[in-house]
Amino acid sequence: MSTDQPGGHLPPTSVPVFQARGVGKQFGDPRKKTGMRALAPLDLKVGKGELVTLLGPSGCGKSTLLRMMAGLAVPSEGDLQWWGGGFDAVGQSGRRLVFVFQNPTLMPWARVLPNVRLPLDLAGASRGEADAAAERALDQVGLKGFEQHYPREISGGMQMRVSIARALVTQPDLLLMDEPFGALDEITRNKLDGELLEWSRVRGLTIVFVTHSIYEAVFLSKRVLVMSARPGRILREVVIDEPYPRDDAFRGSQRFAAYCRELFGLLAEASSATRP
Amino acid sequence: MNIRAMKIFLPVAIGLVILLVWHWLVAAYEVPRYIVPGPLDVAQTLVKDWDLLWGSLLITLRVTVAALLISVIAGSLIAFLFVQSRWLEMSLFPYAVLLQVTPIVAIAPLVIIWVNDASIALVMCATIVAIFPVISNTTLGLRSVDAGLLELFRMNKATRMQTLVRLRIPSALPYFFGGLRIASGLALIGAVVAEFVAGTGGSGAGLAYQILQSGLQLNVPRLFAALFLITLTGVLLFLAMVGLSQLALRGWHESELLPEH
Repeated sequence: MSTDQPGGHLPPTSVPVFQARGVGKQFGDPRKKTGMRALAPLDLKVGKGELVTLLGPSGCGKSTLLRMMAGLAVPSEGDLQWWGGGFDAVGQSGRRLVFVFQNPTLMPWARVLPNVRLPLDLAGASRGEADAAAERALDQVGLKGFEQHYPREISGGMQMRVSIARALVTQPDLLLMDEPFGALDEITRNKLDGELLEWSRVRGLTIVFVTHSIYEAVFLSKRVLVMSARPGRILREVVIDEPYPRDDAFRGSQRFAAYCRELFGLLAEASSATRP
Repeated sequence: MNIRAMKIFLPVAIGLVILLVWHWLVAAYEVPRYIVPGPLDVAQTLVKDWDLLWGSLLITLRVTVAALLISVIAGSLIAFLFVQSRWLEMSLFPYAVLLQVTPIVAIAPLVIIWVNDASIALVMCATIVAIFPVISNTTLGLRSVDAGLLELFRMNKATRMQTLVRLRIPSALPYFFGGLRIASGLALIGAVVAEFVAGTGGSGAGLAYQILQSGLQLNVPRLFAALFLITLTGVLLFLAMVGLSQLALRGWHESELLPEH
């Protein structure tokens, strides 16, 4: 059920979508008290089409790791590779990466459609082409008919859908999500989790997902990386050996409960290793 | 009655009450009209001296609007420069503050001596007063960008120009309009103060000139009428700025949303 080698089950020949070798992050001077080690050197591989979850207590470095994957943070040591190359090639066809924030992060002055269109506008796409792509993305996340609403006029869950539509509109290959549904109520979150699996299956997406929620991690993931803090590190990898598509029947199953129990135990271990 | 109607009705009602009390006090105590004229007296003077006052109003208004326009354009450009370079802001912002805290009455005589054209001197004085809130508010607004949106733009490889036009300027609009409201009032105050300093010897004959003259001649009703026109101008300018702000922010910004019931 679990292995100690992250990525150890991957066939050795496939080029990973993302790979980290000895990657760590240090904030400030390590010899001074103000210095802080956010992440101990770690190795990580994410294969094509995988859904990998980073699960752990606050301060375990899961967001730092995700931000390094997005090129938003630079590691203090180690080597990062995207599709076997450097960050320069990211953004080319077949190597598109997109980051979904914890908050919807929409422009309040723009209506839903131009919000979704934004990445295409910035890339210089033609208006008609961008509009068509944005409408398709909105249709996919179930927001057809809301194109002309302002963000403040729709619910938090719908705002998050707009945010995901804006991510999907660029036809991404790797989706990095930082607790995207953390602020939503449980019912909305479960619904969006289910739909996320559907969208990723349709598009053949690779997803790295940061969450606090054990249930969400078990439901979504192919692999769960349990992290612990001070310094941030990967404590254990748990493979959720359950075929996709998954539905509510899986949520109510014995196997689901068993995975949750295992992760609860590991999280307790992770938390006790790090006195808050 | 709905909120919109109350917003108009309540201030108007208060105004009427004040006018009635004023009228009654002046009549009851038989105050001479060269000390405090009654509201009817002022209204009559306003009609009688309309040609004179209207001409003066136009002169003051021209100075005010010119100063406001220059403040908005120059102030916004300076704010853009400040946001492009921290060094520039650090070096120059203290001087903007210096200009703001020095009373305009103290600078105006110098400006009037240095600048030959009286109306240009007046516009300069009014601009010095009005430009600061535009600079400081717009700079603050251009910097008050949501950190997530800024990262989103960065990840999408947005150019500096795209980030300015699509992100910084819209984010700054609520702050800019806040500055504009203050600036509109200050431009009028600056224009009137500068006219006062230029004094009766000045070539302009704006409303401040009328007030000075009326004061010297003890023509208090006309003084009141001129004062009334200045106040009215200030209020109308303010309302115009509020209208502009509503036009630009309606639909998305909290400040322009009516409370929901």
